[in-house]
Amino acid sequence: MEKENPPLPPLQPVTLRINGKEQRLELAPWTSLLDALREHLHLTGTKKGCDHGQCGACTVLVDGKRINSCLTLAMMQEDKEITTVEGLAKDGELHPVQQAFIDNDAFQCGYCTPGQICSVIGLVNEGKAKTMDDIRDLMSGNVCRCGAYVNIVKVVQEALERSDAR
Amino acid sequence: MRPFTYTRATDVNSAVQEITRHEKAKFVAGGTNLLDLMKIDVMAPQHLVDITRIALNTIEATADGGLRLGALVTNNDTAYHEQVEKRYPLISHAILAGATGQLRNMATDGGNLLQRTRCYYFYDTQTPCNKREPGSGCSAIKGYNRDLAILGTSEHCIATHPSDMCVALAALEASINVTGPKGERTIPIADFHRLPGDTPHIDTNLQEDEIITSIDLPAKGFAEHYTYLKLRDRASYAFAIVSVAAALDLDGDTIKEARIALGGVAHKPWRKPEAEAMLQGQQATRENFRKVAEAYLEGAKGYGDNDYKIELAKRAIVRALEQAFNKEGAA
Repeated sequence: MEKENPPLPPLQPVTLRINGKEQRLELAPWTSLLDALREHLHLTGTKKGCDHGQCGACTVLVDGKRINSCLTLAMMQEDKEITTVEGLAKDGELHPVQQAFIDNDAFQCGYCTPGQICSVIGLVNEGKAKTMDDIRDLMSGNVCRCGAYVNIVKVVQEALERSDAR
Repeated sequence: MRPFTYTRATDVNSAVQEITRHEKAKFVAGGTNLLDLMKIDVMAPQHLVDITRIALNTIEATADGGLRLGALVTNNDTAYHEQVEKRYPLISHAILAGATGQLRNMATDGGNLLQRTRCYYFYDTQTPCNKREPGSGCSAIKGYNRDLAILGTSEHCIATHPSDMCVALAALEASINVTGPKGERTIPIADFHRLPGDTPHIDTNLQEDEIITSIDLPAKGFAEHYTYLKLRDRASYAFAIVSVAAALDLDGDTIKEARIALGGVAHKPWRKPEAEAMLQGQQATRENFRKVAEAYLEGAKGYGDNDYKIELAKRAIVRALEQAFNKEGAA
């Protein structure tokens, strides 16, 4: 027997500031920031891995702080300064952390890399990592199934030495 | 996720009005636990009230020399706050022992108190669970229960509370300020979370229409002799199998006051003041620590897979007290 679905709640207008640009959208309230980025704005650099805040592939920066974009609603991030991996390069130059991932061979398949890069920048902004153990602990929210961890840690070390987060 | 409607509250009173005005409504702040559970249909509110714009995001001194943590301060901002690091390092260490950098940047102090259990059967909607579906039965008691509770359990539920921060709050005797339709009230941390009894679906004594506004830390922060010891399956990003928040106030080698709270072993942070009192006026020796550990685990009950936790918790208490005594807070 066919069941009739109840009518869906209406879409709601929301203005998101992403990579310095204002984006006006009409979204269902249950749209995650991650889905808004990928499905509505076609910014597919931010990846969907587990969709439960465990893998870190969806990491973006909000007001300079790293968060899991899968565990927040787009509506909740209105008027915040959102930076995705697409917003890191300036004037055709890669962000130093992006360049460091290439120079250190810090990825294999690359799926986790945008989240790793945003997480490294967030970690440097936090200014709390002092030792190798700190780095490993503070990067535990980013899983790399290819196992490029050794070189990812090198990237973080370099970034901390340069303190080049923006 | 099931469809829901969404509104934003701009102050505490409008938040309380919004939550009472809508059917099956929930507050959302960090969202890290609620949205996760909504995605797997364990929680299904029909309306969310976004409280993130309310000005409850500051940490301020209180008149009695303590510190007030706004309910919406993020876990990272709390752990890295200068006054918290200096005067309440136990809180800092406990918070940083949990979750990840990303999650701690989202999760709020108020939300941390309201985390739901990580019992696998609570998450698995294909199995009975009295917490998720009252009256359906507990799959854990006769199922796989390696991570679950050994103290304060009931025949209806052996879930644990997953928070690290709350264990430290229990040791420091924090209190929780809340506002509801009838006004404000303060709930001591010891009375905030509940034991499962025959109502395991009710985690806390916070009412559905009440909002947490802040957490008060008393003046005494035990900043010299403290430790947060967390035993887990990985060195980072794993829930506690057993954790201990320990704090000592010493006069030489003699203990003036001891505080001990356990995580990962019960439906709430586990504290037993009458056992702590055994250390008063005593020497800080391994022997005395072991006596207290025995007293703390009195009445503990294993369910098969988690039997090992009883001895593990005792040894963890001894080690945590030794670390606290030796000023090895971060060890």
